[in-house]
Amino acid sequence: MSPAAGKTEPYHKTRYKGGGGMWSWILHRGTGLMVLGFLFLHILDTSLIGFGKHHYDTFVNIYKTAWFRPLEVLLIGAVIYHSMNGLRVILVDFWDRGVRYERQLSVAVNVVSLVMFVPSAFIMLKPIF
Amino acid sequence: MKVQLKIQRFDPATQDKPVWGNYVAEVEDNGRVLDALHYVKWYLDGTLALRRSCGHGVCGSDAMVINGVNRLACKVLCKTLDQPVTVEPIRGLKVEKDLIVDMEPFFAGYRAVQPWLVPDDTDPGGRERLQSPEERARYDDTTKCILCAACTTSCPIFWGDDTYVGPAAIVNAHRFIFDSRDAGDRERLEILSAREGAFRCRTTFNCTEACPRGIKVTEAIQEVKRTILYRKV
Repeated sequence: MSPAAGKTEPYHKTRYKGGGGMWSWILHRGTGLMVLGFLFLHILDTSLIGFGKHHYDTFVNIYKTAWFRPLEVLLIGAVIYHSMNGLRVILVDFWDRGVRYERQLSVAVNVVSLVMFVPSAFIMLKPIF
Repeated sequence: MKVQLKIQRFDPATQDKPVWGNYVAEVEDNGRVLDALHYVKWYLDGTLALRRSCGHGVCGSDAMVINGVNRLACKVLCKTLDQPVTVEPIRGLKVEKDLIVDMEPFFAGYRAVQPWLVPDDTDPGGRERLQSPEERARYDDTTKCILCAACTTSCPIFWGDDTYVGPAAIVNAHRFIFDSRDAGDRERLEILSAREGAFRCRTTFNCTEACPRGIKVTEAIQEVKRTILYRKV
């Protein structure tokens, strides 16, 4: 079957144009997975002490290299956003007027997250430049 | 005015994957997307499949993804849209043909919450069960639902899991949970506190934005969640 009138072209999946709430949900999931990923890494590195100091030190030294620093900055960003947005989600769930202030709460999360993140990133990245 | 349309065309019986069909429809200056779709079906390509009944925003048949958001085709004026206007079936449900989807998972969620009045044991003595205007106002917002599925199929959680009862089912549960004449709260709240119930909602607010009836969907869901938590109706 092809439409009798009008040309066809390959279909490409479109993106649903959800609002800020959808994006904060996606970010919340993404940052949550990043923090969880780091947690697994952290369990791995601390468990290496069981195999000897040498193994542990080798691993931890990777963290101290300059190229690892931006990843740590991302981790801090993820922790900050996830925790601030988590507070918003708690308010929206438990506070009976939370839903009505959803927009203001979202703006507050973004502003507070940025205010916390920018100086942290600056302090963390300064030594490697 | 002329309206350029890109419509997702897909017949699972004969095609492996969907294609975009491009059409130019002629509608009046105040024509709606439904008028443009009618033009395509009636004058350009009769094989186009779509659902619609009343055509006036009441029956809830023609919810579709119009320029990336869930809308009723009969309520959106073409002149308010960027062209070409993209029209796709609502998401998270199996496409049967073109813009028609299998609504069964949606209605299964609706049926699950027992969307009918469960009276208490008292005998009203052959009279109606009265309620005050204040009691009626308590659930007024959620009586407006037309079951078009625009909310449920705008929900990212539902896209990934069609066993989630979805916003529309919770809205319709809300309509009875907060009805002073209803005595079925316990059972309904039990159903909604299950794994696929109200707590699957992650408050993305897509549903509230998508509702063509202006129901505060997320707010209703949150009221249900808190009622489950604190058991106060």
